[in-house]
Amino acid sequence: MRVAVAGVGWFGFQPEVVDYSFREMMFKAAQRAYQDAGGLDPRRDVDAFVSCQEDFWEGISIADEFAPDPIGGAMKPVYTVTGDGLQCVGQAYMMIRSGLFDVVVVESHGKPSDITTMNDVMFMATDPISVRPLMLENVHALAALEARAYMTKYGVGEEHLEAVVEKAHRAGSKNPRAPFASPGRSRAGSPVVVDPLREADIAKFVDAAVVVVLASERVIRDFTDTPVWIDGAWWSTETSTLELHDWSFPIHTRLAADGAYEQAKIADPAKEVGFAEVDNRYSFKELQHIEALRLAPKGAAKDLLADGAFCPGGRLPVNLSGGALAEGVPLEVHGLARLSYAVAVMRGDIKAEVDRREVAVVQSWRGVPTTTSVVAVLRL
Amino acid sequence: MTGRNLNFKHRVAVVGAGLTLFRSRMLETPQELAWLAAKQALDEAGLTLKDIDCVVIGSAPDAFDGVHMKGEYLADGAGGVKKPTVRVFVGGATGVFVPIAAWWHVASGLCKKVLAVAEEKMSHAAKPHTQYVFRYIWDPIVEKPLNPNLIWIFAMEMHRYMHKCGVKKEDIALVSVKNKRNACGHPSAQLCMPNVTVDDVLKSEVLVWPVQLLDISPTSDGAAAVVLASEEEARRITDTPVWVKGIGWTLDTTHWTNRDLAYPEYVRRAAEMAYRMAGIDNPRKQIDVAEPYDPFDYKELHHMEGLGLAKKCEAPVLTREGVTQRDGDLPINPSGGLLGVGNPIAAAGLMKVAEIFWQIRGEAGARQVKKPVYTGLAQAWGDLMQAGTVIVMGI
Repeated sequence: MRVAVAGVGWFGFQPEVVDYSFREMMFKAAQRAYQDAGGLDPRRDVDAFVSCQEDFWEGISIADEFAPDPIGGAMKPVYTVTGDGLQCVGQAYMMIRSGLFDVVVVESHGKPSDITTMNDVMFMATDPISVRPLMLENVHALAALEARAYMTKYGVGEEHLEAVVEKAHRAGSKNPRAPFASPGRSRAGSPVVVDPLREADIAKFVDAAVVVVLASERVIRDFTDTPVWIDGAWWSTETSTLELHDWSFPIHTRLAADGAYEQAKIADPAKEVGFAEVDNRYSFKELQHIEALRLAPKGAAKDLLADGAFCPGGRLPVNLSGGALAEGVPLEVHGLARLSYAVAVMRGDIKAEVDRREVAVVQSWRGVPTTTSVVAVLRL
Repeated sequence: MTGRNLNFKHRVAVVGAGLTLFRSRMLETPQELAWLAAKQALDEAGLTLKDIDCVVIGSAPDAFDGVHMKGEYLADGAGGVKKPTVRVFVGGATGVFVPIAAWWHVASGLCKKVLAVAEEKMSHAAKPHTQYVFRYIWDPIVEKPLNPNLIWIFAMEMHRYMHKCGVKKEDIALVSVKNKRNACGHPSAQLCMPNVTVDDVLKSEVLVWPVQLLDISPTSDGAAAVVLASEEEARRITDTPVWVKGIGWTLDTTHWTNRDLAYPEYVRRAAEMAYRMAGIDNPRKQIDVAEPYDPFDYKELHHMEGLGLAKKCEAPVLTREGVTQRDGDLPINPSGGLLGVGNPIAAAGLMKVAEIFWQIRGEAGARQVKKPVYTGLAQAWGDLMQAGTVIVMGI
């Protein structure tokens, strides 16, 4: 049973959504997604709903309580995945493939502007015995250690990070939902946060909600004439024991990619994939993830980027949206932001500088201190 | 759900189960608890972690374990390292939801053997009592400023049920007595009270009338796990697989104030979904043993009625007549349930699934019900009195 995207809707992507609650943001995004899916009625047409969120981000214990109403799911099968929105897509993909469901709605929302102690919340995700006693004043330090390990092992210099940042801001300037895009911004001129990461290397947080409607091949034509098929979706968690994980290479992304490619029967992603939307919440992560997705050999992403391969109009454009560096990180919405942008490019809703729109790969990582990635392969 | 394709390509079976002790203030870390249960489930199935394709984790509020992104944290202990690992969540109903999510991991054809693990450490969450965590489950604008206590809303629900059905506290106390006595046969049980009486329940401390101390399950730490497998793998692993026949779940609106507190409509709908899939049209006759969620004694009655195991307001009568005893016509919570075995939220729900697995295989030891068991049911409940999860299993 093949599964396709029938509709997408988003709301926000503003540094602070002042006049809407998280529930109103969910409602707005859901309305737009249902409209996009041919005016779908969630009470009549949807079999089940999945929401991706985490209690501590919400400031609510048992936050899934608030999932059903804004998306039209009350008194229907609704549940929460405590993970990135793309992981919800992976679950919905399985639910439909099982044959039990035909239409499943995926939702995620993030309102980081409501969080006054962001570093403390992130810090609560570290191991309470081995890491938390270190009292890290800035958890970006964990990413900085990864950056240093990667850069040292593969000969990546600060000029390569500069190139990622520049590309993201230039691409983001054409993305209507990228409030942080600032072409011409100098990375070198931004202050060091945790060496080697400068302020320009670290994506800012943003408020947003995204809703995606998935449907089986049996019913997809009831909702859209332009389905975007999900031909593979897989995820992997490396280890939560940070001392033991590979600091220089995201094995979790590689494992997730291998699973997704196997399902989608993609043997040589660097040749078969037309464009990619990947996590770049830290500039070096874009290079790492390109390599983990087998879009470039290990250590070669920096050179291919310098040659323009991953730029808009290049051989395999990566983050035509500008990614998180331009759009911001809307907590668990991040993966759905990548997915919804890729879907819009594939359907031609967004005029992007890309030659091959037929096959795209979408990837998300949950950020420090996690070691989970999700990868989906989309096909027209 | 269209119901057009209920002949699934991949049948799914439970082939092993594991359970830690349920206790207050366990010394093991959450990761260690998860592994103890996972290891037992793997051992029972004759498998090792290398055999497992995917892992599904369940745990209730993150604040219980005091860890943000608890699924990531538990991945090590649950055996999820370098595997597709996901944490699913429907509050207190999570325990039964974990094998439901594991079901579609297998039924989709993408995973063949899945480890489903639920863990909870309630007793370390807040001082002096876990209730402090529950202060943050309310609507942050409308309800939280009132600083409600969770037991208040359950007291309202219990009171409403008593009023509408004309149930006396003595009848409800019978559930507590039954379950706390049943727990005496359970090796993981936190409470075993072989001589507890209705009078003891009625004389226990009043918390929020009509809820008294012995109407409530204890706070607990613990973990549970089951292994699910595709038909082909299950037949290789064991001669006695227990099939997942039906799954169902429903989330009611967040606005609990708008709800009929005397009847759990969300459980009815979840059960209907599971029964439709399992081909059950008369649950009272076709279910041989059930483990409905019983964090409070009245909830067992509530849930029996929502599950169609009793008519509306009939569950207290069946209980009084002994129908729900372990040797009765419809044994309910022969394990001792949450009232006896304990209530490490998510793990308690999965404990019920494990119990049905053992009952169907005839491996429940002292807890084994007297009648033959072909089909069993486990159910859990959670969130703001709005989540119902149901699984039907059978040979």
